[in-house]
Amino acid sequence: MLWNWDYALSILPSLLEALQVTIYATIMGFAFALIFGLLLAFGRRSKIRVLSLISGAFVEFIRSTPLLAQLFFIFYALPQLPYVGISLSPLTAGILGLGIHYSTYLSEVYRAGIDAVPRGQWEAAIALNFSKGRTWLNIILPQAIPPIVPVLGNYLIGMFKDTPMLSAVTVVELLLTARIIGTHSFRFIEPFTMVGILFLVLSYISSLGVQWLEYRLNSRT
Amino acid sequence: MVRFHRVSKSFGDLEVLRDINLEIAPSEIVAIIGSSGSGKTTLVRMLMTLEKPTSGTIEVDGELLWHKKENGRLVPADEKHLRKVRSKVGMVFQQFNLFPHMKILRNVTEAPIHVLGLSREEAEQEAISMLEKVGLGDKLDAYPSQLSGGQQQRVAIARALVMHPKVMLFDEVTSALDPELVGEVLQVLKEIAAEGKTTMLIVTHEMDFAREVADRIVFIDGGRILEEGPPEQLFGNPRNQRTREFLSRFRRTI
Amino acid sequence: MIAIPPPFDLLPTLWRGVGVTVQLTLFGSALAFGVALIIGFGRLSRFRLIRLLATVYMELFRGTTLLVQLFWAYFVLPHFGVEFTEMQIGVLVLGLNYGAYGSEIVRGSILAVPNTQIEAGIALNMSPWQIMRRIILPQALLMMLPPFGNLLIELLKGTALVSMITLADLTFQGTLMRVSTLRSLEIFSLVLIIYFLLAYPLTLALRLFERKMAEGRS
Repeated sequence: MLWNWDYALSILPSLLEALQVTIYATIMGFAFALIFGLLLAFGRRSKIRVLSLISGAFVEFIRSTPLLAQLFFIFYALPQLPYVGISLSPLTAGILGLGIHYSTYLSEVYRAGIDAVPRGQWEAAIALNFSKGRTWLNIILPQAIPPIVPVLGNYLIGMFKDTPMLSAVTVVELLLTARIIGTHSFRFIEPFTMVGILFLVLSYISSLGVQWLEYRLNSRT
Repeated sequence: MVRFHRVSKSFGDLEVLRDINLEIAPSEIVAIIGSSGSGKTTLVRMLMTLEKPTSGTIEVDGELLWHKKENGRLVPADEKHLRKVRSKVGMVFQQFNLFPHMKILRNVTEAPIHVLGLSREEAEQEAISMLEKVGLGDKLDAYPSQLSGGQQQRVAIARALVMHPKVMLFDEVTSALDPELVGEVLQVLKEIAAEGKTTMLIVTHEMDFAREVADRIVFIDGGRILEEGPPEQLFGNPRNQRTREFLSRFRRTI
Repeated sequence: MIAIPPPFDLLPTLWRGVGVTVQLTLFGSALAFGVALIIGFGRLSRFRLIRLLATVYMELFRGTTLLVQLFWAYFVLPHFGVEFTEMQIGVLVLGLNYGAYGSEIVRGSILAVPNTQIEAGIALNMSPWQIMRRIILPQALLMMLPPFGNLLIELLKGTALVSMITLADLTFQGTLMRVSTLRSLEIFSLVLIIYFLLAYPLTLALRLFERKMAEGRS
């Protein structure tokens, strides 16, 4: 038989340990994307033309190029940048890459959420003489964000499924761990299959969670 | 021409039609009135095979619609049988339901070509004369979205007529129209009625129109036929208390 | 021969990778489209078993992630005696993976055609097949085009992953040259710009099409 249960069980602890790195990278990367994505969304709406142009161009460029090539750029090319060049650890580079890439998608999601808030809400805020900051914080964002939470959830799952790419910049996450195990023992079936199953199970459960969220949101209105 | 025999229809626990018996003679024009939710739309939708009766039988032109006889017993009809009997029935919908991806001419020729097997030339010739008849001979190359609601509904009528059904069903065909467009559609209906060739079943809220054009009025309420009769009698001297209430409520809201 | 000034001296080598990237995109998306249609229709089948199989396929290929699938095909399949070239693996895995995502587009577009259109077809006594072919499909296909355009761009970006199984695409040529020249900044700047030049025209074409469609509807 091709599949060896004893071997599979013996490598499970190492894989679960590596899964922690994967999950850590996902959470940190997504936190970065949530914040930076919102900044990009503000940037694109800005009345300062240069700012909105730069934000727009940045979003278009990042969305049109592969995450993997961006990771290579951050890890290998960034240190060679004159004056500002910095070397990042593999994990930091990976988190930054995931965060920047997904922030451009999230900025569009935020934008859709903000656009969906009725005009009358802005006018009411003006009529009540709210400051600009108060209007955003107390009126607009609390209405714009809840409807987009399921979409954000789907991007979180998408980011989780993109983490194997971090292995390209030598982050020892799930896939690279499996590959190292496989290279040492000359058995690839178990480690790669188990990694696939782990991703399948976790992302499937998470997507059920998102569906539940969506259902909750829809039934509330 | 059409015969409902003890027809009932439920959606889950909700009984929308109960023990309906109704016979319609060839080339008779019957208007069905009643408040919304009374089940009148379900009645014509069953005749168009869009809803399946829960019990009872429907006959069209002497043939069972939802059943067929096998060794003297009734069995549910298969697709082939449905299509055969369905060819005798045509329908115009409240929301027109034109095909948005086809030009007007093709909307009207599509079924004659692919269902009746007409040649393109034959189908187009007839479609054009039918569209001219409903006053849209100049819109052949337009898309449905470029037409007004009244024009779209007239196309829908032409589309149903070129199939030469023996029975035509009209399901609140003016309800989705702006008030100023209602007249042009009713005018077309009157012309079809005047030809006297087609049996017509008209679900409508236009009481004056029903009175003018119909041979018989059927009042449905709470899923049952409460009263039926010639227009003069039903509108002039309704026997049933519910009919009187409905008619007076209607006059007030209009 | 005239020496090309840096950083453009890197371009000829990178250019060889562009050919592979474009090929992968074309063949991969063709396969993905076919898979999307089959699985999308499968999920709408009257038969429970077919619906179940199609759903399992979709969840499996969306859930186990593209890179893991590439590695699986590259490292594990040979153990079963199945030998493909790297190019074949690339096209196959990209097609099967993005096809799973595309099946949602197919299914969604077909379901988005209003039920009343089917009723109009029945009222004209069309057969179920005629209703599908003449009424539902033409409307659904038009709706599918923009999301399929987006998926095509995603697939183009996804082709970069084949560099991890040593298929010599654009990204792979970049990593090779990084090792030999250490000019990382120039190499990966060029790589990113080339990807942008490949993908952005697709984005623009897509927007133009969507605007045309919106105009046509009003």
